[in-house]
Amino acid sequence: MKLIKSAIAGTYESSDAFVRVEPAEGVKIDLESSVMDQYGDSILASVRDVLKNLDVSGVSVAITDKGALDCTLRARVETAIFRACDAMDNIPWGTKI
Amino acid sequence: MKNRVRRTMIFLNCQRAALIKDAYIYKPDCVILDLEDAVAHSEKDSARVSLYNTLKYHDYRGVERWVRINGLDTNLYKEDIRAAVAGGCDGIRIPKTEKKADVTLVADLVSAAEKEFGREEGSTMLMAALESPLAVINAYEIATSSPRMMGMALSAGDFCSSMHAVRTPEGTEMFTARQQMLIACRAAGIMCFDTVFTDLDDTESLIKETELIMKMGFDGKSVISPKQIALIHKVFTPTEKELNHAIHVLEAVKESAASGVGVLVVDGKMVDVAWVEGAKRVLKLARAAGIYKGDL
Repeated sequence: MKLIKSAIAGTYESSDAFVRVEPAEGVKIDLESSVMDQYGDSILASVRDVLKNLDVSGVSVAITDKGALDCTLRARVETAIFRACDAMDNIPWGTKI
Repeated sequence: MKNRVRRTMIFLNCQRAALIKDAYIYKPDCVILDLEDAVAHSEKDSARVSLYNTLKYHDYRGVERWVRINGLDTNLYKEDIRAAVAGGCDGIRIPKTEKKADVTLVADLVSAAEKEFGREEGSTMLMAALESPLAVINAYEIATSSPRMMGMALSAGDFCSSMHAVRTPEGTEMFTARQQMLIACRAAGIMCFDTVFTDLDDTESLIKETELIMKMGFDGKSVISPKQIALIHKVFTPTEKELNHAIHVLEAVKESAASGVGVLVVDGKMVDVAWVEGAKRVLKLARAAGIYKGDL
């Protein structure tokens, strides 16, 4: 998928994550998390997994994590990507997500 | 699994991560992941992605997972159904159901989604929410509209609004609708659920209303706050006397069947085979409440 604009998803509420994505060269992930020491690596792995599944190779992702579950984190990153690609009406349920 | 205890079904706004995260801790019988009223229009897309990921990755530890889709008068419900079925929900709650065609429309889309996403044909249950006078009038045709139908639920807010009625603690304004829906459900052999109780601080009235609908014959109630769950479960928990009587009835009927006796006296009351279903229901509720471990 190719991003055509910047987009956001999520909130700064507890148990959520706020995600901003924008088109870029390569993949850049900037993570700020309230549970960075314990879960930073697994959060980054999930984000990379989502980007790989969606075939996104040009993106800058900024995440402020407030203790989101893995399912919430994935949902927020996916939503931001789909919004940035104008693809919310054509989501690949059961395949790439 | 259509036949199970469903005393509480708690609405969880799919837009709010904190709400969908730990609902199972409060041990509701079902969660209803809500894409409809609770979700802001600008976040409908995000809520649907959240729903899908929640269904796919979050472990609700045996709590049944329902999805309330957006209304059939929107352009959202078709994709809601695809996301819900792809995620593996147990059932779909249809809001503002008014006629058989509403259910068959959803049932057809669910069938298509089950095929598309490799889910077992017929495995996704349906539940209809009745929210208008027409819906209550058509209760039986809705209840019998599809083999997927697990139950029907009443929504008092919209119903009372369209009836020009005022909600009262006694529920007089809801009596006919509750009774008519209940009769339709029992005639159709499906479950029946009461409306939410919206005053979160008035636990006394919540208990009274739950006692009323439990005695009427309802199977459970829709819930909007975790703190209502234990209170409702307590009302649906048989007393020690009711539990013992149910055990005595089932034991006595079993013995009498072997000896060819049709009517007998248990705990001073005349009992026949018609009491068996009621006694079994008491044991089922007792099991769900954790106060009965037997195998009758």
